[in-house]
Amino acid sequence: MSDIKQQVRGFIASNFIISDLDKLADGASLLEHRILDSTGFIELVSFLEEAFKVQIQDEEMVPENLDSLDNIEAYINRKRAG
Amino acid sequence: MTNYYRADALRLDCAAEAQRIAGWMLQAVGTTLRRRGVIIAMSGGVDSSVCAALAVQAFGRERVQGLLLPDRESSSSSGSLGAKVADQLGITYHSESIAAALEGLGCYRWRDEAIREVVPAYGEGWKSKIVIAAAANSGLSYFKLVVQSPAGELQEKRLPAKQYLQIVAATNYKQRMRKAIEYFHADRLGYAVIGTPNRLEYDQGFFVKGGDGLADIKPIAHLYKTQVYQLAHHYRLPAEVCNAKPTTDTYSLAQGQDEFYFGLPYDKMDIALWCHNHEVPVAEFAAAVSLNEQAATRVYQDIASKRATTAYLHSGALLVDPVSQLPKLTSPAPALPPTP
Repeated sequence: MSDIKQQVRGFIASNFIISDLDKLADGASLLEHRILDSTGFIELVSFLEEAFKVQIQDEEMVPENLDSLDNIEAYINRKRAG
Repeated sequence: MTNYYRADALRLDCAAEAQRIAGWMLQAVGTTLRRRGVIIAMSGGVDSSVCAALAVQAFGRERVQGLLLPDRESSSSSGSLGAKVADQLGITYHSESIAAALEGLGCYRWRDEAIREVVPAYGEGWKSKIVIAAAANSGLSYFKLVVQSPAGELQEKRLPAKQYLQIVAATNYKQRMRKAIEYFHADRLGYAVIGTPNRLEYDQGFFVKGGDGLADIKPIAHLYKTQVYQLAHHYRLPAEVCNAKPTTDTYSLAQGQDEFYFGLPYDKMDIALWCHNHEVPVAEFAAAVSLNEQAATRVYQDIASKRATTAYLHSGALLVDPVSQLPKLTSPAPALPPTP
């Protein structure tokens, strides 16, 4: 598993009480699986900005960038490349 | 069969509905809860004003105790409007500011500390509010802090989770302090406390647990916001009540509920919730409120998501094992069926 996904999983595991996080597929929606609620997403954004030294713009706070481990990894990689 | 939204879907037979609710209130308070009257905190808003009018119809004005509970940051009109409604309905009221209690609890100190972490210059003479962003068009909502300097200059910053939660937690003291005073008077008089959420607020979890969410009866929780306005007109409440835009009356800058929580104005949110409840296809709903289909889909998703994430606000304390010996109070059935 990639370093980005691993770190995000670590963040989720240490911040929330989620019993079967291991079973969460990389492509699964964090919203639909009720892993994160709206406050959880704001925490995720703060974590990503800090951990990966990126600035997340308001207009980038969309499910296509943030609502699964796959999407987060692709988004962070794009941010780093840009 | 496909359901459609019709323009009269939310129209009430106001006289019949008022009678139905008032009859239920009398049963619920007198027979089920065994209280001898009701406490109603009156903000001057349409929900509490309509509840007060219903209470007077149900119990007579001498069994209704009004309360005006302004905060130092309440809009200056809310106290006088609450008094105006009480005077029109002929009910007595006590007015008690919650400002000193909030000061003692540290409400303002905790809130302002969090605001200053985002806007260091914030201080005496500044105003603030929180607004929601992106609810209708993205599916992921987040919150912005809006502050206004004494000179009138506005600034907007996205709130990190820690500061957002601290500001909301601190301002929740307001609703909880009001509720403490309501129950003081309820205990003193042997009365029940009326909760005043409308259907949008109740369904979507827009209330503070142990604050405005706490009550003995909630007589308009089944009514859409536009229906509450219809009842306000039916009771001929003051024009400022009948025509007011819903606000939270929680932050020092004027804040509409749609800015903070719903993401759509209340009349469109009513239609959204009605359509969602009646399984109206998203394309039909989108046409009814002039949204594109993608935005309408997000609104439907947001309704379901808010229900899921606020379920715990409705929940009483969970127990390891049931304590089955206790009697259960169940809501009396209204004497009449729902009005169409």
